[in-house]
Amino acid sequence: MSIEAREARQPWILLSPALSAVTMLLFVPLMFIVVYSFWLRSAVGPDTVGFYLDNWQRVLTDDFYRYILLNTLKIAAITTILCAVLGYPAAYFIARARGNKVLMLVLLMLPFWISYIIRTMSWINILGSSGALNSLLMTMGVISEPIRMLYNEGTVILGLVHFLLPFMILNIYVSVDGIDTSLEDAANSLGATRWQAFLQVTLPLSLPGLAAGGLLVFVLGASSYITPLILGGPRDAMFANLVFEAIITQLNWPLGSALSLLLLIVLGSLVLVYNRFLGMSQLTRGLG
Amino acid sequence: MDNTKRYERLLERYRNGDLDRRTFLGLIGAAGLAYGVQTPFAGMARAQEVSQVRFDGWGGVVSEAFRRYAFDPYTEATGIDVVDATFAGADEYLAQVRASQEGEYNIAHLSGVFDYARYVNFGLDVELNLANIPNMELVMDALTNAYRGITPDHLSAVPYNYGTTGLAYNRAHISDEEMREKGASILIDPAYEGRIGGWSDWRTRIWYAALQTGQSPNNIEDMEAVWDAVREHRDLALKYWASGAELMSLLAEEEIYVTEGWSGRIYALQEQGHDIGYYDPPGSFGWQECLFVIKGSPVEACEELLNFMLAPETSIAVAEGQNYPPALDGTKVDLGEKVPTLPAYDPTGTLEALTFADPEYWNGNEAEWSEEFARVQRGF
Repeated sequence: MSIEAREARQPWILLSPALSAVTMLLFVPLMFIVVYSFWLRSAVGPDTVGFYLDNWQRVLTDDFYRYILLNTLKIAAITTILCAVLGYPAAYFIARARGNKVLMLVLLMLPFWISYIIRTMSWINILGSSGALNSLLMTMGVISEPIRMLYNEGTVILGLVHFLLPFMILNIYVSVDGIDTSLEDAANSLGATRWQAFLQVTLPLSLPGLAAGGLLVFVLGASSYITPLILGGPRDAMFANLVFEAIITQLNWPLGSALSLLLLIVLGSLVLVYNRFLGMSQLTRGLG
Repeated sequence: MDNTKRYERLLERYRNGDLDRRTFLGLIGAAGLAYGVQTPFAGMARAQEVSQVRFDGWGGVVSEAFRRYAFDPYTEATGIDVVDATFAGADEYLAQVRASQEGEYNIAHLSGVFDYARYVNFGLDVELNLANIPNMELVMDALTNAYRGITPDHLSAVPYNYGTTGLAYNRAHISDEEMREKGASILIDPAYEGRIGGWSDWRTRIWYAALQTGQSPNNIEDMEAVWDAVREHRDLALKYWASGAELMSLLAEEEIYVTEGWSGRIYALQEQGHDIGYYDPPGSFGWQECLFVIKGSPVEACEELLNFMLAPETSIAVAEGQNYPPALDGTKVDLGEKVPTLPAYDPTGTLEALTFADPEYWNGNEAEWSEEFARVQRGF
């Protein structure tokens, strides 16, 4: 075998464990789900094997699924905007801080050491009728009866922001940290105020990080299941909850497969659009 | 159980016509290979030595009681280990079992007669030899008959405990008199808007909606009225709870004042000192739990374990731990001091005072109602 041929094979040999893992753990299960989505649920007993479009027809034409999907995207969008507004100043502060950045980054990562479920449930102890906030307000005499704050769409968004904010901050931080500060100095020396230098130099240069964070937060937010379950009221459900109910409660795996694929297609399309205009490299930088 | 006994049973099954000659000889041969030679092919022998049995249950105090009174003595007597696992919910567990290999799951502590029917419909049942479970004689016939209605010629489970899903209420806000006066309708009383809870289970929602609309839950004639009542409750409710822990938390923290609740969980709240009342309205939702042996399991080893689990000392310890009465007939067994005080306990052993769901009726409507409830819950 020639040296060229050997060199050409080498990357594939090195990649083969990762490719095998992706194939076996992602691609093959995904194909199972695709196949399942064309089966039919039987009222009792095993599912009807075959190629039926009934599930797809339902998920694509039924107002119910469209409503929940749009509501899910709305909640994810609000969460993304809130994370951007709250995360940008924090990321900027860390990137431009003269102190110990590592310590601040460790503090940012600290919540990840605690279970996401525990962090979500902590809001019950904060916002509940006998929670910390109501107790404080009642002790201070601001209110005489507990305010009802839990179990609505607002608390679902709050829980999602709590969970996803670090992802946004990290992505913006990576982007801002990579901007040469002499560019801002140059803008200032040319007569720009600090605010103008930020708006016209720093912000545009950090947009790829903001977009990468936005994409991550949106995708993770839109596929969230636990948060609406714990912090939502009877009506508050996101699309992933429907997938869970179809597969676990109704034992309708074919419909659940079609629903999960629909969510995958919608979110996958968003990733493709992002990749077309901004490229995936920024995303991997942020995650790294 | 010794090997000789296993061979005798194989022979008995062959003589009874349960095994054909070819299978019988094959099993004997495989067993001989497994025991005599101890080769890696031992796993192919259905009569091989069983080294462990997996039990899946609800965990917590129940699991501790099982371990102490049933699993450890069983292991000591047979040399078979019991792998004790827990599940979060019956639906989730069934999904796992369906996706598993035969024999991976052995015995499960299942809810309701629906689950028995569902497992049977999915072909996950086995045929238990009740002669190997002498403690079955202590079990109430009323509980066993519910399963016989689904599989008249055999049983794949033994009844284990029962309870009710009745009304739980905070006595600081709702008096006993008001509760008895309003009954199930208190769950759709606008006076308690935002202070009402409910289980997210579609069966319970429909059951109570049937009671609220004056219908029999086992023979609903006006389904539209039921859905309207479910919607009414949804709009007044603060939260649909999804687990016993969440139910207890919502009541204990006074987030909600009234909800349906599981009798044992409410009793636990009362034991903790919370002033929570419990009332079974007429037609309250009665249910029973069983220990189901899943297809592919080592049946004889499971039968022996079931007998340990049904022993009065085990049953009573589990009942006292989880606050649900055992399946044992109080007229045949001394159930101690605490069990007769548990909610839903029936001293007559007939269970005539409780209303159980008709599995045929409810499972027949499951596909339609569970999907419709998912829509109604979200505002449709």
